[in-house]
Amino acid sequence: MLTIHNLQKSFTIHHLQKTFPALENISLHVKEGGFLGIVGKSGSGKSTILKSIYRTYMPQAGNIIFHSDAYGEIDLLQATTRQIVYLRKHEIGYVSQFLNVMPRTTALELVTQSLLDVGVEQQEAIARAKQALRHFDLEEKLWNSYPNNFSGGEKLRLNIACAIVKEPRLLLLDEPTASLDQASKVKVRESIEKLKAQGTTLIGIFHDLEFMEGLCDDVFTMMKISDKEVLA
Amino acid sequence: MMQEQPVLSIRQLSKQYGDGCTHCQHEDMKLEKNFCPVCKTVYACRSVSFDLYRGEILGIVGESGSGKSTLMKSLYFDETVTSGEGYLVDYENGHNNIFTESSQMKRHIRNTILGMVYQNPMLGLKMDFSSMSNIAEKQIAAGNRHVRQMEERSLSLLQHVKIPVHRSKEAPKNFSGGMQQRVQIAKAMSNNPPILLLDEVTTGLDLSVQADVLDLIKSIQRELNISMIVVSHDLAVIRMLADRTIVMLNGEIIEHGLTDQVLEDPQHEYTQQLVYSLL
Repeated sequence: MLTIHNLQKSFTIHHLQKTFPALENISLHVKEGGFLGIVGKSGSGKSTILKSIYRTYMPQAGNIIFHSDAYGEIDLLQATTRQIVYLRKHEIGYVSQFLNVMPRTTALELVTQSLLDVGVEQQEAIARAKQALRHFDLEEKLWNSYPNNFSGGEKLRLNIACAIVKEPRLLLLDEPTASLDQASKVKVRESIEKLKAQGTTLIGIFHDLEFMEGLCDDVFTMMKISDKEVLA
Repeated sequence: MMQEQPVLSIRQLSKQYGDGCTHCQHEDMKLEKNFCPVCKTVYACRSVSFDLYRGEILGIVGESGSGKSTLMKSLYFDETVTSGEGYLVDYENGHNNIFTESSQMKRHIRNTILGMVYQNPMLGLKMDFSSMSNIAEKQIAAGNRHVRQMEERSLSLLQHVKIPVHRSKEAPKNFSGGMQQRVQIAKAMSNNPPILLLDEVTTGLDLSVQADVLDLIKSIQRELNISMIVVSHDLAVIRMLADRTIVMLNGEIIEHGLTDQVLEDPQHEYTQQLVYSLL
């Protein structure tokens, strides 16, 4: 489904005239329908891997080969921006800890819109959006209000609802449970299990190792580049 | 999947004010930003190339004087380009360079394929004419002669941009800045153009009115699948609207990519500065 080969990413900060290495020779593989967990210390580059797959970051070298429905086997680093826009809409989902919304868009509109974007009919989109909001325990009285006023947990659940409702083939989870209480975590876990059962491929970063237990097929451990030098 | 064809392709578009001299026409010319200190020529756009696709919003950011508005005016034929090529899939199937067409053909393209919304409503509207007449003017230019039809179309557009019906016969000079901007958008849309050019449309509007205009732009894109080029120096506006973004500096494109990539992993020194300035 997804194979990363010798991925290298560094950040050059011009005003400091410095280059900071973030990823060095990362190679990994996720099979269709598999769940890969990425663990490691803060700053070891976990999110950088996910953001490179999603092309929010542009790595300097390596390949990320994705088996796309639309394009067949495609190297995400060579893909055009238009191809990435399409893949983000239809095949690759991303859930982060942060919610970024249009001003004055209600929770229901937000989730509905993400379905309309992929061509679902209006009536069906609204029905499915409501179902997703209900599933994540976002009370009906919140549906027609603006997410800016939501609590952290509510925002996060809304974020997850938006990504999951489209049922992407590959879902990237960047610490989606970071600020959730136990009950919400259970909800998220249920959804992830359901997605997995449907055959969705998942790559996730979780601080909560307990949460990952029994969920991941594989675990990839990241090490800070500076720690590696000490070991060597 | 088939290779997607752009609705608009711009290649090597350049626009200069002044004739240039031996100093600035030299290959490794030394300009002060985009200005030749010897002959005072301003190089407003330098070899700008990009593609715009059906239904997408393309963002253009850059500081004042980076050439954004000159680029938009060149695309709308308000300015004559110095050199370069442009192809529209909706005009002669994209075979003819629009910049070398006759002025009559340029007018035709402008009236049927393009819509423009200026930062300054004074440029886009006749302030003393009624809003309805302003919108009708664009339709007449596009060849419509059916008065009742134009009236109906104008009214429905004004409703779409949330101008109350009872003010439709009023002149835009009586309106607030946000309303004027919405009338301009209605006018630009009146000939059903496949491409809309929006130059700093939310600049100078207060936050709630700005949100209205952004809402309107987004809904137009969704419902009508119109392609848009949105010029703004406001990164937040670009982040809300555009999937892909171009960064301009001193008349050149210095960076382009997915909007979140440009904002989170900027490569060029100037883009980094721009992003660090984001509140």
